[in-house]
Amino acid sequence: MTVKSTTRARKKAAPGVPDKASAGSAAPELVQLLTPEGERVEHPDYPLTVTPEELRALYRDLVLVRRFDAEATSLQRQGELGLWASLLGQEAAQVGSGRAMRPGDYAFPTYREHGVAWCRDVDPLNLLGMFRGVNNGGWDPNEKNFHLYTIVIGAQTLHATGYAMGITKDGTDDAVIAYFGDGASSQGDVNEAFTFASVYNSPVVFFCQNNQWAISEPTTVQTRIPLYRRASGFGFPGVRVDGNDVLACLAVTRWALDRARTGQGPVLVEAFTYRMGAHTTSDDPTRYRQSEETEAWKAKDPILRLKAHLEKEGLGDEAFFAEVEAESEKLGLRVREGVRSMPDPDPTLIFDHVYTEQHPLVDEERAEYEAYAASFEGEQH
Amino acid sequence: MAGQLSIAKALNGALRKSLENDPKTVLMGEDIGKLGGVFRITDGLQKDFGDDRVMDTPLAESGIMGTAIGLALRGYRPVVEIQFDGFVYPAFDQIVSQLAKMHARALGHVKMPVTVRIPFGGGIGAVEHHSESHEAYFAHTAGLRVVSPSNAHDAHWMLRQAIESDDPVIFLEPKRRYWDKGEVGEDPMLPLHSARIVRPGTDATLIAYGPMVKVCQEAAQAAEEDGRHLEVVDLRSLSPIDFPTLEESLKRTGRGIVVHEAPVFLGLGAELAARLTERCFYHLEAPILRVGGYHAPYPPSRVEETYLPDLDRVLDAVDRALAY
Ligand SMILES: Cc1ncc(C[n+]2csc(CCOP(=O)(O)OP(=O)(O)O)c2C)c(N)n1
Ligand SMILES: [Mg+2]
Repeated sequence: MTVKSTTRARKKAAPGVPDKASAGSAAPELVQLLTPEGERVEHPDYPLTVTPEELRALYRDLVLVRRFDAEATSLQRQGELGLWASLLGQEAAQVGSGRAMRPGDYAFPTYREHGVAWCRDVDPLNLLGMFRGVNNGGWDPNEKNFHLYTIVIGAQTLHATGYAMGITKDGTDDAVIAYFGDGASSQGDVNEAFTFASVYNSPVVFFCQNNQWAISEPTTVQTRIPLYRRASGFGFPGVRVDGNDVLACLAVTRWALDRARTGQGPVLVEAFTYRMGAHTTSDDPTRYRQSEETEAWKAKDPILRLKAHLEKEGLGDEAFFAEVEAESEKLGLRVREGVRSMPDPDPTLIFDHVYTEQHPLVDEERAEYEAYAASFEGEQH
Repeated sequence: MAGQLSIAKALNGALRKSLENDPKTVLMGEDIGKLGGVFRITDGLQKDFGDDRVMDTPLAESGIMGTAIGLALRGYRPVVEIQFDGFVYPAFDQIVSQLAKMHARALGHVKMPVTVRIPFGGGIGAVEHHSESHEAYFAHTAGLRVVSPSNAHDAHWMLRQAIESDDPVIFLEPKRRYWDKGEVGEDPMLPLHSARIVRPGTDATLIAYGPMVKVCQEAAQAAEEDGRHLEVVDLRSLSPIDFPTLEESLKRTGRGIVVHEAPVFLGLGAELAARLTERCFYHLEAPILRVGGYHAPYPPSRVEETYLPDLDRVLDAVDRALAY
């Protein structure tokens, strides 16, 4: 027997509460500078002048980032990686915001910000260590001002805010970007980060990639208002930007970072985009979403629209596109070969860096392990 | 319920039965609806019982736990799914400061029949935060019951018993064993908090729970070839612990080895060794030894086999115990 609960009658939203659907739909307030057809449009609040050179550089970034991501996905299928979280569809949000940063700025990523890492000049191979299972981080965050990937949803937004509080204390004009997802917006940590950033007027930009899904949960499970409007309750501005428009993402993030670095406090940027692929290689999206939805978003592809623009304006000729394609091939090869030749780690890495100094218990267990491992030497297994 | 069921399917059946038997039972968690949970433990339940009873929640573990407590106050019997072990920590305050203490603080006037299901432990080649064994934190907290099944039968019946319990139960599911199959019998056979001797022996007692029971059974099998008869006890309940069963076993064998994935330092093995030594001192031929994880963060997956106790490490401890 199946027992349904009796609470159904209360399901309807109370009057005055916006309908759930509005949270997920692209409302008219979306900032856009490049239409899906590749038409350049102006926005009064976010003027942007880009040289043809810069446009081509952005195109190159988008293509290479997508190529790297596709390569990682296929390396996972071949068993070279244990898992991969693809950024497919989110290239513009990441490249636009990543290129808005200055060298002294600092990014705090989730686990999907491969495009931001690219802009911060982090070696793509470094990103793969964690997914291959050879390390739990794999780079020095301070080398490129790109923090380690954070898997625990939302935690990094507080770290970003604390880092920004430090910038204020130091009196420099650096700024911070905290990346997070639509799902993460529900976490206590994220809401606490908003509070701290607001009351300390910290130079941090909260960059939410609303890719419409948190694994199988649509954004409507997280919110009844558009996410960018959350900011107003915390006392700082929120902006919704077309996340598949690299120019709009660049302009809005640059504006937000400049505002932050000049002492005007945090901003929430909601990049309205779409997760074109599965959540990770372990996920099966056919169980929870319609392929028509994915198809509809294909028409808004971030790379195609910039390509259309370059072509229309005569800013990229065949030679240019061929050159980017060749570079992309080279990158793919480097990633493939790099991953395959990654050495398997020595198990004693377990005992490395647990503490800053020698620690008696760790030392003892390391010695025990080494003696135990040595007892097998010469044995056939 | 004849036939072989995977642990995952046995758990799914237990949830289904619990939803059928008590209209106040509700399931809460991330991705437990259409997706059926990342391990498919809730597969098909939202379709059959509706989204009022099988609720996809916002992505916030403290929120899930805190509202489960509120639902319990209102007379519901929430069964919460935490997606992976490493993601229970945002809910830790609600569990240890609120859930565990509410009954005592209200002088017994309110009950907290909340079950917290957590896939735990390593061995699946996952990225970090997906392989943790945090049972000691929960077992250390008075007011919580903590259990972990090792096979399909127990998975089914212990989950039903946990849900029926009027106390909060932390239900630790051995995720690397989800696909192991076994018979699920027609009745539970044991109360929730009893241990079970899964293999009788005379030379030493291996004490394990959850994912390590299988490792210990394999070790005992291998030891048999060397003429050693190892007893294996499946603890099943981590709080309370069925000490009488363990004492009886140790008094017969004189040697005990506790095996868990969690770090040895201040792990459950420490409590077991200390208390069993107090109670069986004159019967012991050797100190009670422990095999477990190291005092280090759970390592990247390519070296996790080194971190996790395996047959060789268990037999190495058996050798050491027998050498006394
Ligand atoms: C605290 C915590 N709870 C649960 C998870 C499991 N989990 C990993 S990703 C994810 C969904 C995240 O969605 P969103 O924030 O929208 O980011 P996206 O993956 O879409 O980029 C969940 C629930 C986690 N990593 N951390
Ligand atoms: Mg998302």
